[in-house]
Order: sequence, then structure tokens, then C-alpha cells
Amino acid sequence: MTPADTLRFATRAATGYPLRTALMVLAMSIGVAAVVVLTALGDGARRYVVNEFSALGSNLVIVLPGRTATGGLGLGNIITSTPRDLTVRDAEALLRAPLVTRMAPLSVGNSEIAYGGRLREAMVVGTNGDYVDIRAFRMAEGSFLPREDLGRASAVAVLGTKLREELFGSEPAVGRMVRVGDRRLRVIGVLGKTGQGLGMNTDELVFMPVATAQAMFNTNNLFRIIVEARSREAIGPAKQQLEDIMRLRREGELDVTLITQDAVLGTFDRILGALTMAVAGIAAISLAVAGILVMNVMLVAVTQRTAEIGLLKALGATGRNIRLAFLTEAALLSLAGAITGYALGHLGAWGLRLAFPVLPAWPPDWAVFAGIGTALTTGILFGVMPARRAARLDPVQALSRR
Amino acid sequence: MAQIELSGIERVFKLGDSEVHALHELSVSIERGEYVAVMGPSGSGKSTLLNLLGLLDRPNAGTYRLEGRDVTTLSPDEQAEVRRTRIGFVFQSFHLVPRLTAAENIALPLMLAGIPPAERHTRVTQALKDFGLEPRASHRPEELSGGQRQRVAIARATIMRPAVILADEPTGNLDRTTGQDVTHLLEELNASGVTLIVVTHDPVMGGRARRRLMMEDGRLLQDVREPAPA
Repeated sequence: MTPADTLRFATRAATGYPLRTALMVLAMSIGVAAVVVLTALGDGARRYVVNEFSALGSNLVIVLPGRTATGGLGLGNIITSTPRDLTVRDAEALLRAPLVTRMAPLSVGNSEIAYGGRLREAMVVGTNGDYVDIRAFRMAEGSFLPREDLGRASAVAVLGTKLREELFGSEPAVGRMVRVGDRRLRVIGVLGKTGQGLGMNTDELVFMPVATAQAMFNTNNLFRIIVEARSREAIGPAKQQLEDIMRLRREGELDVTLITQDAVLGTFDRILGALTMAVAGIAAISLAVAGILVMNVMLVAVTQRTAEIGLLKALGATGRNIRLAFLTEAALLSLAGAITGYALGHLGAWGLRLAFPVLPAWPPDWAVFAGIGTALTTGILFGVMPARRAARLDPVQALSRR
Repeated sequence: MAQIELSGIERVFKLGDSEVHALHELSVSIERGEYVAVMGPSGSGKSTLLNLLGLLDRPNAGTYRLEGRDVTTLSPDEQAEVRRTRIGFVFQSFHLVPRLTAAENIALPLMLAGIPPAERHTRVTQALKDFGLEPRASHRPEELSGGQRQRVAIARATIMRPAVILADEPTGNLDRTTGQDVTHLLEELNASGVTLIVVTHDPVMGGRARRRLMMEDGRLLQDVREPAPA
């Protein structure tokens, strides 16, 4: 019996019992679809978080005052007690690291902003002109803060798009004077819509030169310094250089914490990757169940077709011929189930993306391969036993069955 | 040398504690081209004999030589090959594969033998023509009459041009006229040189054979030969 004939014979056998085949394919496809959809969901969540962090800008090292004894990222080292303040001088010194291209100091506080009788509570961010490039923000109107000496407290401000809308409505904003806290500042630009990032909505912020902000809040310390490394590969060495610089400035003691975006990203990546794997594993159980179903269906098929098997033996079929025919049939059922499941899964993922547009719910390639692979393997593996049983049937007894 | 030589064949079935001798010390030889009817009451061992001749069953003792070759010691795969190439089966209940068409059923042995589709097609077309089944080629067994089904089965049994045709009550499920048609068909095949061995209850059919083996309790009771018709 040639392989082509075996395939044709098995196909005829599978299509000869349409209801049985349809149910089998359905069971298998649900398993594969579950793997595809659930991993799409898990990986979508992972990508969502990763994108969210990537939106901060690329190749960033964040310097924050204080240091915890243990490393890593946790609530403990985001809010730390500060032995020594982080100052604008520190920020300037960090630029001396050769692998650093840009730096932006951040001084953050709450204040109120007023224009033409409208008053609003707003978060104030004091920084410099490089911030807009580091964060890769787009300007909607005007320009961002001027690039000038960090000590200069120019009376200018840049508004987030939402803040601009609330204060000015349809009026032009650039060139107008606003009152922030006890100061009058000239609006020189409005940021384009950016959305969420690092827990603050940039659209509701007001930016001003760091010296202006520090004077307004009567402080010398900085909330963060954001440093941009030359490239992604340079992040590690750059971090080392920054630590060296800070140590030098603090008489050998490192009392700042440096967080790389990679570390944060890596942590989330790992957590959500593990989650996706776990979910895929759970979905794979349904594939194992489908595999057992294949075995059940094939055993029934062998019983149903006992007389046919006897006949084939009488016609000179070898045990191998019969084993291969039944195994091929099991494989075909699994294959059809896997393909249908793949299509169903993609349909489900598409539905997810439609329902939750923020979630990039694309099933990862490995999950698709794993799902289809598992379906085929279980189908064939569980098809072996029924196929062997068919091949071992005694032809005399098989033929006497009707 | 006889085509089929059985000597000292024993076939014992175990039913619980007791042993049933389905065949006992059976020795028969059948020449090429003979027309043999195996007759006897139920349980006389005639079906067991047919299964042994068709290599579907193995004897517990004794030797079976088919065309001079001891086939009892062959491996299952070798026996399958002998069945495929030398033996054609015709069953009482036809044993057609229900999901396959008449043409596909006839082509089954060719497919199992790995004969290329083009040659298969010509041989099946010829067989359909020979057995008057051309208009029924693409019908499934359930759409065929009993006589047509048995003709499909006979076409299938002869498509590999076997040396021996083994028929187990070939007319048992047919009415008298279609039964006669089938009998004539088998006899025509026999006339062309194929050995025909028929197991039957029917004394009329048995009477047509030139040689009758009368069985009882697993033994050969009588071996009746008639002179070849002039």
C-alpha cells in the first residue's frame, strides 16, 4: 500500500463518518483555540506593559536619591529616606559620563495654575529642554523649555494638552501669561497628546525650568534625574560610569539608586511571560483531554469497523497496512482539529483586540507552534493504541462480526 | 504435485476447560482447476477448513502446502502476501466497505498490493465490464441489490487473478435466481482455470461441483468425485 493510498483511504474513512469526525475536530480545535486565545491574552498583557514602559523613552537610566540595602525594584527604593539630596549640580556632573548623551533633572510638586479666572490644581514638573527629546514627546504648539543654564529661572511654562484645553478652551495659549503658585509665567508651548507614563498623565502637567520650580517650592533637591545612554548596549556601562561619578561626589558612598529601564522591563517581562506560560499550560490540558478523546473515538472506530479490518486482512493487508491506515486517520483528525483551532484562536484573538483595543492580543509564534504541535502529537500518540489493536485483530473473528 | 495439499491437519479450539476438535487428522489434496464443494452440517468444521485454506487461521498440527510451498510456517506478513496474490475470498455477507463505491471496493486488493493508480483504473474498468457492473461503478454497496453486491465481491476476489477462490456460502444471502447467477459466475471463473472451493449447505449447489467433501465432526466423511463432464 503506497503512502498516497494510505492517506486517501484514511481520508475516506474520516469523511465517511461526518458527525464523529466533526465532533472530534471540534474537541481538538477547542483545545488549540484555547491555547492560542489565552496566550494571546497573556502575551498581549505583557506587550501592553512593555509598551507602556517603552513609552518613557529608550535607553534610560533613572537616578533617584537614597539607597536601599537590597537591589532590585520595589516600593522600598522608589520611596526612600534621603541621606543627602540630589541636586542640580549632581545632574550636571552626570553629563560628564562619556556614554551619556542627554540628561534631564526632575523636580516635582503640586501647585495651582490660573488663567483668566479659571483655576486648577496641577502637578508641576521642573526640568530642562532635553526632557522633551528624552521622552520623545511631540509639541502641539510652540516650543519646549529653552536649553539654558540649569540655574536660570526663566519665567516660562509648557502645558500638557488637557490642561491647555481646560484653561484656554479654544483660545490660543502660546504667548499668554498664566499664574502658577505665586509666579506669573509665559506659556511658550503645548505638548501633544501623550497619555499615561510612569504613573502620571503628562497631558495634565505643567512644565517649567527646574530652577523656577525649585524656587517656587523653595527647595534644592531633585525628585529624579533621567539619563539617556548612548545606546541600548551602553546602558550597563553607562550605569557603572554614573555610579562612579556619584560615588566621587559623595566621598565614596553611593547614596543614590539607579534604575535602568531594562531592569524594570525585564521584571515585568519575566512575570508576565511566566503568566503566559502558565495560562498556556492550563490550555494544554484541554489538548491532552482532546488526545484522550481521539483515542476513544479511534477505539470506537476500530470496533465499528471490525468486519472491515477482517476483510482487509483477508484481502492481503498486512498488520502494518492497517496500523498505518488507522494512525493516519487519527493524525488527520488531529490535523484538521489543529487547523480549525488555529483559525478559531485567531478569530478569538481578533475579537479580544476588538473588545480591548489597548491590548495587543496577538498570539506569540511559540504558542501557536506549541499548540498545534501538542495537538498533533497527542492525537498521533493516542492513536497508536487503537491502531495496534486494529492491526492485531484475528481475521477469522473479525470477519464473523457484522 | 497437487495445488493444495493438507496432511494431518488438526485444529483445536479451547472452550473453557473442554477442547473442541474443529478439524481432526484431515488430509486432502486438491488439484489446480478443481471445483470442490465442502459440505456438512453446522459445526462440522467446514468454515474452519476454509479459513485454514485461506491462511486466515493456523492449524495446531499438520502441514498445508500451497503450490508446493509449506505456508503454515510463514510469517504473518508473508501469509498476507500469499492471500493478496494467490487467494480470492467470497463471503456470504459480501463484506463490502460501505463508504466506498463499487469500483473502489473492487480496487481494494490492487491498492493493498501497491499497484499504481493508472493500472488499477484499467483493471477495475475491465472487471466492471466483465461482471456487468459498469452502470453501478460509482454506487455505494447500500445502493446495490444483493446480486450486484455479490458480483462486486466476486470482481474484488478475482481482480488480483488468484489461483484459488474460496467461497463461503456465496449464495446464502441471495434469492434463488440471483443465487444461480452468482453460481454460474463462479463456475465460469472455474472454467477459466481457477480452483474453486465452495462451502455450502445447499445440496443443489453442492451437487453442481465435480467433487464433494462431506464433513462431519471435523473429519472428512466422504470424498465424492464425479467424472469431468464430456
